[in-house]
Amino acid sequence: MSEPVVLALDTSTVVAAGLARGPEVLASVTVADRMQHVEQLMPLVGQALDQAGLSLRDVDKIVVGLGPGPFTGLRVGVATAQVLAAATSIELRGVCTLDVIAAQYSAEGRSDANGFVVATDARRKEVYWARYDSSGTRLDGPKVGPPEEVPALPTVGPAADLYPDRLQAVSGPRRLDPGVMAAVGATLPDAGTEPLYLRRPDAAEPARPKSVLTNRPEPGPRLRRRDR
Amino acid sequence: MSGPLILGIESSCDETGVGIVRGHELLANEVASSVDLHVRFGGVVPEVASRAHLEAMVPTLQRACATADIDLSEIDAVAVTAGPGLMGALVVGLASAKALAFALNKPLYGVNHLAGHVAVDLLEHGPLPEPCAALLVSGGHTSLLLVEDVAQTITELGSTIDDAAGEAYDKVARVLGLPYPGGPYIDKAATGDPRMATFPRGLTARKDLVDHRFDFSFSGLKTAVARWVEARQRDGKDVPVADVAASFQEAVCDVLSAKAMDACRVTGVTSLLIGGGVAANSRLRALLAERAAENKITLRTPRPGLCTDNGAMIAVLGSEIVSRGGKPSAIDIGADSSLPVSRILV
Ligand SMILES: [Zn+2]
Repeated sequence: MSEPVVLALDTSTVVAAGLARGPEVLASVTVADRMQHVEQLMPLVGQALDQAGLSLRDVDKIVVGLGPGPFTGLRVGVATAQVLAAATSIELRGVCTLDVIAAQYSAEGRSDANGFVVATDARRKEVYWARYDSSGTRLDGPKVGPPEEVPALPTVGPAADLYPDRLQAVSGPRRLDPGVMAAVGATLPDAGTEPLYLRRPDAAEPARPKSVLTNRPEPGPRLRRRDR
Repeated sequence: MSGPLILGIESSCDETGVGIVRGHELLANEVASSVDLHVRFGGVVPEVASRAHLEAMVPTLQRACATADIDLSEIDAVAVTAGPGLMGALVVGLASAKALAFALNKPLYGVNHLAGHVAVDLLEHGPLPEPCAALLVSGGHTSLLLVEDVAQTITELGSTIDDAAGEAYDKVARVLGLPYPGGPYIDKAATGDPRMATFPRGLTARKDLVDHRFDFSFSGLKTAVARWVEARQRDGKDVPVADVAASFQEAVCDVLSAKAMDACRVTGVTSLLIGGGVAANSRLRALLAERAAENKITLRTPRPGLCTDNGAMIAVLGSEIVSRGGKPSAIDIGADSSLPVSRILV
């Protein structure tokens, strides 16, 4: 019996798709665009399958990155994976994206006695991060916060170089490798099926209506077309 | 049994809709609404809506298949709202539809949400009289359209230049201490005298009609109601909610129906179709019926469950596009939050 074929998808930073048969990486493709997730992901999955000479019917398991990451892009990968799985009855596994980068780093054979940190950009002067022991097991996180709150440990990941005076960047992976993700995804901790948002939606409950008598009269209709 | 079997996905605002049609026959129309999550914010919070779409998508898909008693593999094509709408919300539906089309190896049709509100009447009243006019009113849109061919040619005659009519309902409801969403609560509360106060009819003055004959404005109306209520409270008097609600509602429905009738006259069409959540409003329906009769216009009013956002409207639009020979969308299409109604198929 041959090893299972795994399709990996991640849209928590850029758009990434990979395929592996057991530990053997068959395809690893990325579109380095942070704004075109919904445009690029499905064609990229097609490209990965083509490269490997496989079709979706050959896939035994789908592994999807649950982030953390910017919400709109992140949801593209999760929705895609959920529907692909539901429509084909392929088994689905959600993993923490930071765990994939940690696995890449561990595979490089570096050993940081006190462990290490994986950090990705959370915008707003914050990072998403998680702490791992020297063997690559996650001990803390994923969390979101300012770089000051990140443990002072060797740091890899897309945000490692963003705050040179705060994070102890070391050489190591700076982006997710979807081929590795496909190869190791099935062994990473199950993170559920919902995105790891970590932040609440930006929304404020309305205050009391403000006075319209004390304000100056509204200057007629605004001549602006709304989106919808 | 006739026509293609189409599954439609809608996620442009706060309803996750999956509909299944065969030709013009409705087989399933499952909707999961996140409206309850938005109540405390007094309006749709895009990120809250987007999260809810993702949670609801697969269960709603499965419910629709169960209701239609079909297997996904039987579907001939997938249609999906590509815009207009809230970007983060649209993207969930579009990603899901692409995944479904890819997994089933079936064509994908990215379609216009507004055209879907028109096409939905095919399910209820059969072939559309083309050309016809359409008045779409909801919390997201207020548009007057000329529909020459629902699958190919729709022209926007006018739309709101500020608030959507439904937004005005939400804001006035808040001023009157009524719950969100305002539409149904104001409709229910409006048992008083619609002539108690004459609130402004936006963009109906002669000078406004030059450039904005078929456009709408509800921002001034909303402020006028708030001003009236606040002055009353300042004077220590009770606010006659039933009268204010009725007078406000009369102003909204008067403008909507007058402009819709004018559009029919100017374009020479004899049928008017209504859609959107506010199309369920009892006063709007009554006033339109009255004025349509006077003007010998045939009114087409889908039942309320089809007027609000749903997947069936997207499915039947897809079905119409397929049967009129529309070309499938590329797999790399994006969502367009301000997709113009003239682009029916992306
Ligand atoms: Zn709508």
